[in-house]
Amino acid sequence: MMSRQKNQNYKGHGLPKGKEREQRASIRFKTTLMNTLMDVLHHRPGWVEVKDEGEWDFYWCDVSWLRENFDHTYMDEHVRISHFRNHYELTRKNYMVKNLKRFRKQLEREAGKLEAAKCDFFPKTFEMPCEYHLFVEEFRKNPGITWIMKPVARSQGKGIFLFRRLKDIMDWKKDTRSSDDQKDDIPVESYVAQRYIENPYLIGGRKFDLRVYVLVMSYMPLRAWLYRDGFARFSNTRFTLNSIDDQYVHLTNVAVQKTSPDYHPKKGCKWMLQRFRQYLASKHGPEAVETLFSDMDNIFIRSLQSVQKVIISDKHCFELYGYDILIDQDLKPWLLEVNASPSLTASSQEDYELKTSLLEDTLHVVDMEARLTGREKRVGGFDLMWNDGPVSREDGAHDLSGMGNFVTNTHLGCVNDRKKQLRQLFRSLQGQKKTPN
Amino acid sequence: MLQEESDLALIIAQIVQKLKGSNLYTQLERQAWASLQRPEIKLESLKEDIKEFFKISGWEKKLQNAVYSELSVFPLPSHPAAPPEHLKEPLVYMRKAQGSWERRILKSLNSMCTELSIPLARKRPVGEQKELLNKWNEMGTDEPDLSLFRPVYAPKDFLEVLINLRNPNYENGDSHSFRTHLGLIQVPLKVKDIPELKEFFVELGLTAGQLGVDDSTQVPPELFENEHVRIGQKVLSEQDSAAAQQYIRQGSPTALRAELWALILNISSQPEDILYYEQLKTNVIQHDLLVDSLIYKDVKLTASNDDYYFVFEDYLYQVLLCFSRDTSVLGHFAYSSASPPKSYIRGKLGLEEYAVFYPPNGVIPFHGFSMYVAPLCFLYHEPSKLYQIFREMYVRFFFRLHSISSHPSGIVSLCLLFETLLQTYLPQLFYHLREIGAQPLRISFKWMVRAFSGYLATDQLLLLWDRILGYNSLEILAVLAAAVFAFRAVNLMEVTSLAAAEAVLADLSTLKVMPLLQIFLFATVT
Repeated sequence: MMSRQKNQNYKGHGLPKGKEREQRASIRFKTTLMNTLMDVLHHRPGWVEVKDEGEWDFYWCDVSWLRENFDHTYMDEHVRISHFRNHYELTRKNYMVKNLKRFRKQLEREAGKLEAAKCDFFPKTFEMPCEYHLFVEEFRKNPGITWIMKPVARSQGKGIFLFRRLKDIMDWKKDTRSSDDQKDDIPVESYVAQRYIENPYLIGGRKFDLRVYVLVMSYMPLRAWLYRDGFARFSNTRFTLNSIDDQYVHLTNVAVQKTSPDYHPKKGCKWMLQRFRQYLASKHGPEAVETLFSDMDNIFIRSLQSVQKVIISDKHCFELYGYDILIDQDLKPWLLEVNASPSLTASSQEDYELKTSLLEDTLHVVDMEARLTGREKRVGGFDLMWNDGPVSREDGAHDLSGMGNFVTNTHLGCVNDRKKQLRQLFRSLQGQKKTPN
Repeated sequence: MLQEESDLALIIAQIVQKLKGSNLYTQLERQAWASLQRPEIKLESLKEDIKEFFKISGWEKKLQNAVYSELSVFPLPSHPAAPPEHLKEPLVYMRKAQGSWERRILKSLNSMCTELSIPLARKRPVGEQKELLNKWNEMGTDEPDLSLFRPVYAPKDFLEVLINLRNPNYENGDSHSFRTHLGLIQVPLKVKDIPELKEFFVELGLTAGQLGVDDSTQVPPELFENEHVRIGQKVLSEQDSAAAQQYIRQGSPTALRAELWALILNISSQPEDILYYEQLKTNVIQHDLLVDSLIYKDVKLTASNDDYYFVFEDYLYQVLLCFSRDTSVLGHFAYSSASPPKSYIRGKLGLEEYAVFYPPNGVIPFHGFSMYVAPLCFLYHEPSKLYQIFREMYVRFFFRLHSISSHPSGIVSLCLLFETLLQTYLPQLFYHLREIGAQPLRISFKWMVRAFSGYLATDQLLLLWDRILGYNSLEILAVLAAAVFAFRAVNLMEVTSLAAAEAVLADLSTLKVMPLLQIFLFATVT
């Protein structure tokens, strides 16, 4: 419930106005995760850890707890929890595909083919075994291409393999067997078969993917923030299609890379997005880079829109997603997957700083301390990307891409002078409090 | 006046001689012959018409760029009767020191060779050649056993040599007077002071726009950046080397940098250049050199461990292995104080007919050498172009960072410049560090020898190298080193050991070079 703002055009980003938000003396937090999150929570002034069964105001939970307890946990108005009840609509590969396909159809009906084509950022995917026959149809239409099989629910690159022949995936063949046999069938784990992108953009002959962080504060209406920092994760070995059995070449997940014989821990195999953006700019020029990043904005927004009506938008929930994006040689970005629990462990000093800053700024946006006015378009390294509609850039810079993409207030891979911005922000908030208008 | 004129005539004669042997000359000749077909060329005014044709078609510009390139690299005019050693290095004691340093390096290389019983060079068997050719784009995957190889020398070994340099003609008495230089370098070379540096680097002043300062997020691009980019595009379309060099003093926009550097260094990828590179590649395939192992080791130890350069590992091998075999690099020894090491065919020691330069390009790599190439991989992706750019950067600038000479951009002068700046403008800091046994040069030497590669963030490094090209001088490295010390002076005043001082200065990756330089040169009260 929001009171009318003077500027009718700009909506606040969801903080209740009208009644004053309570300033709490201390905020009791709970989490099961260790590493960077623990450091950030402990360092936050006024935040106290609550153990075992104590009452909490803030819980950074893991998804299994959520699954078991969310439905029978009562939460006060001010309480916040770090996941949406049915986030898997976005983060499980098979659900995400379904939702995206449905959304695309809807867009085509409402706005035409061109608009619907903007959802074509997801490589053709089929759920196995239930869509096996549809898959075979597509497989036969494109002989010789490579496909990738991914388990629906596992992470860190586990269980993934590439294939080119149908016989490699016989286990997922949906048979019509006689009912006698079916009793003895061991149910096969749910996988998706996805078209493998054979022409990834390479740097130094190596494949990489991008990890980008998106913070969603609510789905109805949709409010999402984009973090300026992120990184490119490189595969340790040179890319070639000859060795599809070599897991290390194709999977850029750091967890898999760590077990590669070539892996040297000092290397880390990561580039900060700023470096990546500059590399591209010097190679392809600023316009091409703007177009690429604008296409990525499109991916974030459309993917969230596709699950908007399905996800239970509880006001207590927020979620920090880790998006995995792959760029191909035509500088087209593809969505690989969305993670509800992106890794918060730091692999290097630089990584530690990135993740602690990310988490600090997440907590600033969640704003348990009730300091924000709700009209902010930037908090630290987060830029407000979508607020029930596109958020324009303050300086009104024109849309360079000319692609008809949303011109959002995003600065992915740009300078992140978050400390300075936070200082200015909080100083002005202090000032505003003293002189109430 | 007469002396100047004859100097000029001498320079012109030398340049003409140089260019006559170049590819450009052949092309101009060919163009001139072809132009006779054109209607506007008339027999009566042949000379003027051809000149006009060259001007319009852009060939004059190419010639201009070539002349400008020669002038940039050319040593200062010398007396026509001066022997060639003077062109390399006018001071005898410097030549002698360089000579003895070279003998030490060669001895070290030869003894490694004998110890490990590896020949300096050998022809590869056909099977090995095929294998290498297949692996050419991913030589980094090779994990040869390099544990027995050591780098021939590291920067700190070189520093010890420089510390012991003495001018035998300079006698300042046995007693340490106040005038005795408090730093490590004890030779009396002339270096610029801040007023002279201010004049030299006038375009870096506070009233001029800079990339690296005035393109930050708070500054609206209309104030400087947009116009600067526009001028950059114009310079590129005019293809004028001299203009590009002047322009880049204020920094290069990211998108234009690769072309601008190529223009300033007068590199254009002609088919002959690509062929030449392929020829070098063939040499690598056919013969294995001992220095190859040194290169492998260096890349594995330095660039491969760097968060930003590890990606380019393969390019580094492709460039450096070819570089070792490139005999055209020998040309730079005419104006370098160094001389290429000579080796003799087995059994023919001392016989000049059987002497060869080893390695073929005369340059023995040291620990960190591959870091000269790594930043260039950000700009150039085509191996032969990357190679050409690196080679030109080496023969214009980098060679001065590891040879003993009196040249103002030579490492000795840079060290002295650094120490003098620090001593003169931050005397308290200098004295304090000296007292705790942390001579500043011991920390900053490695930065300067590597031209800060691997120490600064890549975008900052490229902004710094823009200015090296723009001013055709390495002195900015010494100024930056002093500026870094000035910036961290407060913390440095609190340390009590060399290790602690090293720790304060260990991480330069967050520094912004242009503001540091501006503050040090133009905003500090002197």
